[in-house]
Amino acid sequence: MSEIKKIKVPLTTEDVKDLKAGERVSISGVIYTARDAAHAKLLKALAAGESLPLEIEGGVIYYVGPCPAKEGQVIGSCGPTTSYRMDPFAPTLITRGLKGMIGKGPRDQKVIKAMKDHSAVYFAAIGGAAAVIAASIKKAEVVAYPELGTEAVRRLEVEDFPCIVAIDSEGNNLYESGVKEYKRV
Amino acid sequence: MKEIKAGKITEEVKRLCIEAACDLPEDVETLLRQAETKEESEFGCYSLEKVIENFELARRDMVPMCQDTGIVVVYVELGTEVDVVDLSLNDAINEGVRQAYVSHPLRKSVVTDPLFDRKNTGDNTPAIIYTELVPGDQLKIQILPKGAGSENMGALKMLKPADGVEGVKDFVINTVVGAGGNPCPPVIVGVGIGGTMDKATMLAKKALARDVGEHHPDARYQELEKEILTEINKSGVGPQGLGGRITALEVRIETFPTHIATLPVAVNLNCHAARHKEVIL
Repeated sequence: MSEIKKIKVPLTTEDVKDLKAGERVSISGVIYTARDAAHAKLLKALAAGESLPLEIEGGVIYYVGPCPAKEGQVIGSCGPTTSYRMDPFAPTLITRGLKGMIGKGPRDQKVIKAMKDHSAVYFAAIGGAAAVIAASIKKAEVVAYPELGTEAVRRLEVEDFPCIVAIDSEGNNLYESGVKEYKRV
Repeated sequence: MKEIKAGKITEEVKRLCIEAACDLPEDVETLLRQAETKEESEFGCYSLEKVIENFELARRDMVPMCQDTGIVVVYVELGTEVDVVDLSLNDAINEGVRQAYVSHPLRKSVVTDPLFDRKNTGDNTPAIIYTELVPGDQLKIQILPKGAGSENMGALKMLKPADGVEGVKDFVINTVVGAGGNPCPPVIVGVGIGGTMDKATMLAKKALARDVGEHHPDARYQELEKEILTEINKSGVGPQGLGGRITALEVRIETFPTHIATLPVAVNLNCHAARHKEVIL
């Protein structure tokens, strides 16, 4: 199996260009959570000319709605949610400097085009590995939209968050190439 | 008549909800461990390893194996000689769901109005409750917390009777393969054939509550379950949709008589964390 590449957030364009579909990575640094309802609010804020409640430049958004933390835990179980629901919102955020997204499942062509045009990368986390992933999160705090509960935007400090580069900034797509490799006619 | 107190039902539903979220049934565990030995792709093996490590950790610490602790689907078989006292059956069940999701670190994932308000109800109620009257003095409650990642990939098709076995096969296979990595494969595939539009979807979901290794009683459908599984696993989708041999763990068909003019087929998917628990009172 390929070596695990260690990467730090925020990501630069050079960092992103260096990542290739199929590589395993471990991510450290600050990332933000946002899913359906938070994305709608983020785009509404942008449309109204307001600033975003997260550092978008070089940033990474993790598509997740965590469980509540058990006593002594930083955060509850928090595996990736299905990413295609965020496809209508992602290109706008990529245009504004978002460099990485973490989720599960394929993305549409508009998202991939924006990733190629602006050098962004899409990481797949293991869907269903929610308890294991929680262990890589060292600090969590709600920074926006607390009324959304699990869907609020959280700032996470992560250490060695395990992911796979699923779609890289050249548009190489493991959801297509991986499936093709194992398809039996 | 046998009296069953609502408080007892609430207590049992609460326990089942917590156990279902944190403790993967052993039969599903066995399926996943077998899948890991059969998988050939690098990422497939890696992700199955992580999934196995995850449910072991969840069970040890009694934390949810997946952050999507679902909307709770409840199948009730109510004996005609059972009298539920103190509260209605549905209220007793919903109270159990509420207590489980409020007292334990389970995610509340239910919103009130589906289109306009979408405000979280805060306690994961209401549950989706199906009650069937059966002879006898027992009350059976089966809990199936259903995550939306896999639920969103379900589909229904009203086939023509002339579409036959091939039509059914094509529709089921295309639905599962088309879902790709979205429903967290390897999946369990629930298939409902027959009845009406609504009945077929209910059969497909009920199939997900079946135990591993339990097959349709008719040998022809057993064969069909096997054939569809083999075809799905030729697709290359694999664990997490990143390529591999094991896309589905089981195909489960449920059937019901239908109208002369129709052949409804529904597909309901469950991710690899096929959570279900039951109790008989």
